[in-house]
Amino acid sequence: MLSQLREAARGWSGRHLLGLEELPAEALEALLQTAEFFRQSNDEQRQWDFLKGKVVINLFFEDSTRTRTSFALAARKLSANVVEFSSKSSSLSKGESFTDTARNLEALGADIVVVRHKTPGTPHLLGKYLNTCVLNAGDGAHEHPTQGLLDLLTVRQVKGSCKGLNVVLVGDIAHSRVARSNIWGLQKLGAHVIVCGPKTLVPRHIERLGVEVSHDLDEVIPRCDVVNILRIQFERQRTGLFPSIREYAHLFGVDDRRLSLAKPDVLILAPGPINRGVEISSGVADGPNSRILQQVSNGLAVRMAAMYLVAGQGMEESA
Amino acid sequence: MKRLRLRGGRVVDPSQDLDASVDVWIEEGKIASIDADPDWVPDETVDASGLLIVPGLIDMHVHLREPGYEADETIASGTRAAVESGFTSLACMPDGDPAVDNQASAEFVTLQAHRAGFCHVWPVGAVTKGRSGQELSEMGGLVDGGAVALSDSDRPVANAEIMRRALQYAQMFDTAILSHAEVSELTRAGVMNEGFISMKLGMVGMPAAAEEIHVDRDIHLAQLTGGRVHFQSLSCAGSVASLRRAKEAGLRVTGEVNPHHLALTEEALTSFDSVYKVNPPLRTGEDVAALIEGLRDGTIDVLASGHSPRATEQKMRELDLAPFGVIGIESLLPVAVKTLIEPGHLDWSALVQCLSVNPARILGIDRGTLRPGSVADVTLLDPEERWVLDPSKFHSLSRNCPFAGWAVRGRARYVVVQGGLFRCSPRD
Repeated sequence: MLSQLREAARGWSGRHLLGLEELPAEALEALLQTAEFFRQSNDEQRQWDFLKGKVVINLFFEDSTRTRTSFALAARKLSANVVEFSSKSSSLSKGESFTDTARNLEALGADIVVVRHKTPGTPHLLGKYLNTCVLNAGDGAHEHPTQGLLDLLTVRQVKGSCKGLNVVLVGDIAHSRVARSNIWGLQKLGAHVIVCGPKTLVPRHIERLGVEVSHDLDEVIPRCDVVNILRIQFERQRTGLFPSIREYAHLFGVDDRRLSLAKPDVLILAPGPINRGVEISSGVADGPNSRILQQVSNGLAVRMAAMYLVAGQGMEESA
Repeated sequence: MKRLRLRGGRVVDPSQDLDASVDVWIEEGKIASIDADPDWVPDETVDASGLLIVPGLIDMHVHLREPGYEADETIASGTRAAVESGFTSLACMPDGDPAVDNQASAEFVTLQAHRAGFCHVWPVGAVTKGRSGQELSEMGGLVDGGAVALSDSDRPVANAEIMRRALQYAQMFDTAILSHAEVSELTRAGVMNEGFISMKLGMVGMPAAAEEIHVDRDIHLAQLTGGRVHFQSLSCAGSVASLRRAKEAGLRVTGEVNPHHLALTEEALTSFDSVYKVNPPLRTGEDVAALIEGLRDGTIDVLASGHSPRATEQKMRELDLAPFGVIGIESLLPVAVKTLIEPGHLDWSALVQCLSVNPARILGIDRGTLRPGSVADVTLLDPEERWVLDPSKFHSLSRNCPFAGWAVRGRARYVVVQGGLFRCSPRD
């Protein structure tokens, strides 16, 4: 079994996981195969010692329940010590600078820092300042690589491969780190990516990434193999980016009628947390095309894979 | 006061269309003679062979952060940086705390400069009280206190009616309004140029239109009032085009560009380094080309640093929390050589026009020339000296320089300020 893991990990090189844009194809493949290994071992309720004695710090400057829990559980399944650190309980509220906070954490002996921050590039700066491994758990609207990876993994499990698939990302593309990580990852694996949302929520110049831009979901949905439904944040409406939640649901919500336009085997993904009745109806969220819960368990496997690859390799002997 | 002879240098003075190897004689703080030997013996002769002798350089856009933010910079440290880098005059923005919006605070600026004793500091007064954009400041008092221009600095006057009244009122003193053109509704929370790079990085962008709309508004107000508008820190192609048209129409408008907008583009932000966070933001290669063309054809009159010192702890923050600004006094000349002289966009005469003659004209100060009888503010620089920009050796109190490590050419060797000779420190 361990030789299988070593084989999966072979293409990896690197100390951090900061984003999917800069990730070489073989590293992306290593992450997905390693994640597949851990998904199977999780099904068998296996516990590993790859990070025994190591310290993982969950450094969350932005609210999160799912991602934070998933990273913490991933670390424990690899036998790491996990420290939770959130901005509300930290000295950041006492005016300490972000870099001073990070250096203090390093002095505490962190081996892996998992960081979420509302500012793009914060994990990259941490990676530059600190001597620890950094995993990006979401930096503003820039990247959310583990979410992108778990989406890729789910698509591969259901569809066999991403190559040649039509994948539409629906919703608030402009403010979405999930959209950007999905675009980079899906394109590297050979999928055709369409972004579809209100004109005010699809950023200028995005077509230069090689994606197709649409504002008409009914036109797009019949030719898609995968529909990835991004969460709509209600505060965007208040800043005038779209007129009302009702109109958003009318134009871009995925409900039973829209689903009926799609291929019968269309795969429905949503990064969550979902707003039922807005971007996705309950019927679709709980229906047979949806793999929202499979995404969650894949997320755990992906995060275990990332931690193993950056800090756990070479520890297999003690396992 | 010593009588000086600057011997053997190449004098480049566009104010009198002069480019010749002649001696400059200085007596009683004035230029006594050029070329023709006077009937006295100098107390000191400066060997200027291999050096350019030009009218004292004027950086007409600096923030010296005093009063209020002395951890970033003081008038003493900023003026020391200036003379070390070839400048004999600075025009200082009014955005200290409190703002320079009355006669007493303008006089404080000149007094502090006098105490430091390095070079002239010409205060720029606020357009509105407290730079709050609401009520006109006491412009008459400001001018009496030494103010040479008016500006609300990086808080542009948002209300068009107030800008109109300011342009009317300031004409009584023939004072230009310096405009930082930015429609702030379009730039809120922005950290960089809005474009392909900001989209990729997921960063909030500041579109070029935010600057262009404001430039166009102020041009219309200049036309309406007959007032003088000088645009600071122009950063995009559309602004240059508007300014060109306004000048062709005969309006009293002028423009300025900062070196970082010529030497860098938005690509720099892919490093996530807050040293590149400036306002207006670094733009695209096409914008850079348009700015350079604007300098070449005279649409843009002035090159100034936009020197905006920030203490290290201010900049060592997340990109959206870090303040805007780069320092620039000590890198202005060599970066101008690299971006304008070396590629052949400007010759030395044209550069001196932008760094001395035009700033003096726009500010209405008796500087920017080496004509006999004028105030002896002179810069002597070695156009060939090669060195490496190392912010840790700068005289500014701040280190937010985006050109650290650049191999450059051109360095000031001496400045003469009102007849007093200052030897620039060796760099190494």
